[in-house]
Amino acid sequence: MNQMKLDKFCLVGAIAALLALIFPLAGVDLDTGKQVAFVGDIPGLAIAMALCVIAGAAFTWIGVRSVLSGTVLLAVAVFGCWQAVSTLYDHGVAGYAGTGFWLFIISLWAFVWRGIDVIANYRSLETAKQQTANVIVPVAFGMWLLFVWEVLVAGFGVPQVLLPPPSMIGVRFVTSTDVMAADFYQTFVKAVLSGYVLGCGSAFVMAIAVDRVPFLKRGLLPLGNMVSALPIIGVAPIMVMWFGFDWQSKAAVIVIMTFFPMLVNTVTGLNAAGKLERDLMATYASGYWSTLFRLRLPAAMPFVFNALKINSTLALIGAIVAEFFGTPIVGMGFRISTEVGRMNIDMVWAEIALAALAGTAFYGAVAYIERKATSWHPSFRVRRH
Amino acid sequence: MTLKEVVNNVASMPASKDAVVDIKNLSLTFQTADGPVYALSDVDLTINEGDFVSFIGPSGCGKTTLLRVIADLERATGGDISINGVSPEQARENRAYGYVFQAPALLPWRSIERNVTLPLEIMEISKEERIKRAHDALKLVELNGFEKKFPWQLSGGMQQRASIARALSFDADLLLMDEPFGALDEIVRDHLNEQLLKLWARTNKTVAFVTHSIPEAVYLSTKIVVMSPRPGRIIDVIETDFPRDRSLDIRETPEFLEIAHRVREGLRAGHSNDE
Ligand SMILES: Nc1ncnc2c1ncn2[C@@H]1O[C@H](COP(=O)(O)OP(=O)(O)OP(=O)(O)O)[C@@H](O)[C@H]1O
Ligand SMILES: [Mg+2]
Repeated sequence: MNQMKLDKFCLVGAIAALLALIFPLAGVDLDTGKQVAFVGDIPGLAIAMALCVIAGAAFTWIGVRSVLSGTVLLAVAVFGCWQAVSTLYDHGVAGYAGTGFWLFIISLWAFVWRGIDVIANYRSLETAKQQTANVIVPVAFGMWLLFVWEVLVAGFGVPQVLLPPPSMIGVRFVTSTDVMAADFYQTFVKAVLSGYVLGCGSAFVMAIAVDRVPFLKRGLLPLGNMVSALPIIGVAPIMVMWFGFDWQSKAAVIVIMTFFPMLVNTVTGLNAAGKLERDLMATYASGYWSTLFRLRLPAAMPFVFNALKINSTLALIGAIVAEFFGTPIVGMGFRISTEVGRMNIDMVWAEIALAALAGTAFYGAVAYIERKATSWHPSFRVRRH
Repeated sequence: MTLKEVVNNVASMPASKDAVVDIKNLSLTFQTADGPVYALSDVDLTINEGDFVSFIGPSGCGKTTLLRVIADLERATGGDISINGVSPEQARENRAYGYVFQAPALLPWRSIERNVTLPLEIMEISKEERIKRAHDALKLVELNGFEKKFPWQLSGGMQQRASIARALSFDADLLLMDEPFGALDEIVRDHLNEQLLKLWARTNKTVAFVTHSIPEAVYLSTKIVVMSPRPGRIIDVIETDFPRDRSLDIRETPEFLEIAHRVREGLRAGHSNDE
């Protein structure tokens, strides 16, 4: 017995689930003076808790080693999560969750943690299997966070103005797709993409000029640092005055925000090629442009992509904030600022979710191109023979 | 021809009719933060067409620097140097030489084949011709089959061979090689030495070759230049008269051992100057 290693997480999960069966599930309704609900009245929840006790005890004993046992743990936890949510909404526990309920959540937390842990440590030489595991881990973790958010907000009865539960945001998201699509088109497709391409493109060309002309390097780069330190809150209204309410002023803000990260990174990157490689090109009497395209730009690519990634995030922030300072009645920033005023917090959150999705997808796309374009770089390459 | 032109022609006439490299009284001083470094001083040397010249000497004696001056990667601070009768800069612009650096210096984003075709691309040679020449050059260093690999997928020695193939690919008449075989094992080294000799005997290229190995220097060269450090200067130039198509067996002959002995003595003398 004492040389056996007990699985601590499963032990915690089993004990918490056992206690959850004993402690009161919900608080007392002030009007009726009675407990809102009992475990005994909710068969699904009772089964889920019992399952947690059994599975927890079993895995404490046999240990969680294979992906299969991790998956079983996660399956038990998913069933438990479903029952917990149903208890909150279908049995009136929302706002009245008691000790028993929270103990059950702790039990679920232990199982999810252990289950994800096992899958995260999974190593396979088969790429397909490994990739599946690599996807499951963040997805499961994200789902768990959403669940905790939902349960905390509903269980404690947090007012919706402070923080709506994710389910409500999700419903709002799918029921107002037409508004969101219009906002996305206005802010992302029109303002962000054009500003990003313009800002990064002009900075790239400028970087090559700066690199060629020494006095620009000494004169412009320090100035550039100053401009990039300008607060966007100050710049945005001026751009609106200059370029009007529509997306052009937002694109202008984005150009200002993205220009200098790109300029500085590209100038640094153009000097990244080593002395030896430059000497090599000199022995071939390679001209300026030939050396630029064959040696210096390829060597600069990791730096350029670094700036492109930073800017993908900056551009979205810039566009949304700039819309606070005047815009036609469409756009993600516009929607956020007006719906806050109307106390439609779920809509605000839906727009935030949209921004998060768009930002992640944008960043992911740039990172993907980077991987393809600079696969030679030590940080990406895999030894293949 | 005017009289002036005739006088000019006579004045710029190289020491020997077919001198490829002609160095007179050359010196080079690096100005560094800790004061001047006298890398080369009073160097006189003529390399004739078809010569195979080895430079040997202790580390830091200026072998690389001398090769870099010939290649116009470094400017002499005193004396005269001409390559094929013109200035090093002109020679470089004419793509007169192929240079093999002490390190492979392959571009990591190019496959081995595209690394070898790099100079050909810069010289605007047609694509089919580039592929063909890369194929031949890679075959010469026995890297055929590795065309599509990337540099980091090859061992250090294979990378160095790829860099030799790159220098051979555009068929320059002058080869400047800075310890090209330093990273290779004895057997491969012997083999590449033989290959290099064959190539040299066949094509009448001129080779300037830096090495730390006395047998390698004696085996390969028609002329061995022994150098000493601080300041880097030439202390002995030894001419050998082995046939051009020599085999590895000459390493057992008395003449070979005698020359090797003389090189060693020269190196010792250089060292004792040091103390
Ligand atoms: N760019 C430079 N600036 C200052 N000093 C230099 C520079 N390049 C070389 N030197 C110095 O010149 C001297 C000769 O260097 P060089 O590289 O020619 O030596 P080497 O004979 O090739 O040595 P090794 O056999 O180790 O390659 C050394 O003392 C070195 O420190
Ligand atoms: Mg050297």
